[in-house]
Amino acid sequence: MGQITLQGVQKSFGPVHIIKGADLDIADGSFVVFVGPSGCGKTTLLRLIAGLEDVTGGAILIDGRNVVDVPPAKRGLSMVFQSYALYPHMSVRGNIAFGLKMAGMAKDEINRKVEAAAATLNLTPYLDRKPRELSGGQRQRVAIGRAIVREPKAFLFDEPLSNLDAALRVQMRLEVTRLQKQLGTTAIYVTHDQVEAMTMADKIVVLNSGKIEQYGSPLELYEKPANLFVAGFIGSPKMNFVTGDLAKQQGAATIGVRPEHLKVERDGQGGWHGTVSVAEHLGSDTFLYVDAGPLGMLTARYIGELDLHPGDKVSLIPDPARIHRFDDSGKSIRA
Amino acid sequence: MARMVTTRRKVISTAAAWLVGFLIFFPILWMVLASFKTELEAFAIPPSFLFFHWTTENYVTVQERSDYFHHALNSIIIAGGSTLIAMLIAIPAAWSMAFSPTKRTKDILLWMLSTKMMPPVGVLVPIYLIFRTVGLLDTRTGLVFILCLGNLPIVIWMLFTYFKEIPKDILEAARMDGATIGRELIYVLTPMAVPGLASTMLLNLILAWNEAFWTLNLSTLEAAPLTVFIASYSSPEGLFWAKLSAASTLAIAPILVLGWFS
Repeated sequence: MGQITLQGVQKSFGPVHIIKGADLDIADGSFVVFVGPSGCGKTTLLRLIAGLEDVTGGAILIDGRNVVDVPPAKRGLSMVFQSYALYPHMSVRGNIAFGLKMAGMAKDEINRKVEAAAATLNLTPYLDRKPRELSGGQRQRVAIGRAIVREPKAFLFDEPLSNLDAALRVQMRLEVTRLQKQLGTTAIYVTHDQVEAMTMADKIVVLNSGKIEQYGSPLELYEKPANLFVAGFIGSPKMNFVTGDLAKQQGAATIGVRPEHLKVERDGQGGWHGTVSVAEHLGSDTFLYVDAGPLGMLTARYIGELDLHPGDKVSLIPDPARIHRFDDSGKSIRA
Repeated sequence: MARMVTTRRKVISTAAAWLVGFLIFFPILWMVLASFKTELEAFAIPPSFLFFHWTTENYVTVQERSDYFHHALNSIIIAGGSTLIAMLIAIPAAWSMAFSPTKRTKDILLWMLSTKMMPPVGVLVPIYLIFRTVGLLDTRTGLVFILCLGNLPIVIWMLFTYFKEIPKDILEAARMDGATIGRELIYVLTPMAVPGLASTMLLNLILAWNEAFWTLNLSTLEAAPLTVFIASYSSPEGLFWAKLSAASTLAIAPILVLGWFS
């Protein structure tokens, strides 16, 4: 079991409020990703759950028990750090076994568990090597091995893939997701990479300056963003926002349209008119940055190749069903 | 352009390094040679370098007049004891300053260092009087105590800088793995800091071994280490160069050997 509930969790460092009251319900076995810009408090929130920082207020329940006064090791969680944080003087075997040794487990049982974890992660040939003799991806696996061998209630991942190169990151992303599903253990994963968030998560928590902006499934966040911040943060390229008369006509202070929901027409009639200022041709997609006069710069995404160049006149026709409306305070208006 | 390292350059730099090394080593060599001369030859001018009458009589006389092993044992106990106690105090002190610093940690570190800027002679009289009152004069305990206190600031500073280099993540990982502070110190921090601990220990050992001010002033015979043994050969009746050299050679031998092999 690994059900984690946050109730009004707050954290301040002196006069600075890092987490301003977080409420969250994480179901057993789910993969939850904390995402947000740097400095939004996502790592702090993870460290509060881990017990590496003390809460200033509120409660953290793990399987119904308040753990705010329980030391990290007794919370039954294990953590994978961004820097891997392997013990450099211990072999891979020693690293994976350390937690079990500290728990006072019998030697045979430790060996059996370490070898099982190593087999799952393809680390068996490296068990007697030191961390410095391993590649980045292998070190990452050792860090994960150290986490799974303790059979925790939940895994906490603190940007674990950010030190890997792009190709390896994609591969490890798949491996981590598959491993989590296979073990069925709750996982909380911190990242600033929204692709990681969208692809790995069952549910995403979007954080902004210490507040939870929205909590929902990846597609829920994409299709029904709760406010301007989430609308702008989720999706790449970023959603276009238009204010002024055009928004007022729709009964909103701001309207938003995603680049992929703008139909591009060369010298077209209807829609929003503008001049292409930059065109990015990726083969599979074409990104157009269009100067639309009073509407500002708009981004449009076309699937496939579109032969347009800077200076060309275009019109952008928004999909009426895909226009997001926001009120004065930035909250989403639902019809 | 890559730097050209010609054979000629290598020969010149090697020769220069040997020359500098020899210059630095020369006083020690001279002392060792002098210890095998007779008193007359030891201060003869012009001095004879290798072609003199080799003798070991100085060593015999020195051992007869004073008990070398008694002083050597005192030196080992005082240097070893003060180093051990200093390490036992400094490891937890440096740990807490490196890993859970408070607002005043920097001030405390600087204040500790500032005590080393004071000339020891400035507090000789009060310390002498305190030692006399509590009966610590000419005792090994007293010397262990004062040398340990004297070297603590440097030991804590050195360990602090070594501990600072250890990433905090690793200690947090150990905490997540269920290590208590004590086990974290034993299983994670200390093994990672072994090179730093070893060099700090060696430095402290050398400092304590060579310390002459407090040992000369606070001990006479019972607790007197090798520094007092050497000093006793620069007596008011005259300087005995050969015997002084023999005593000095005997005194530095253990620490020199230790330095080479560690």
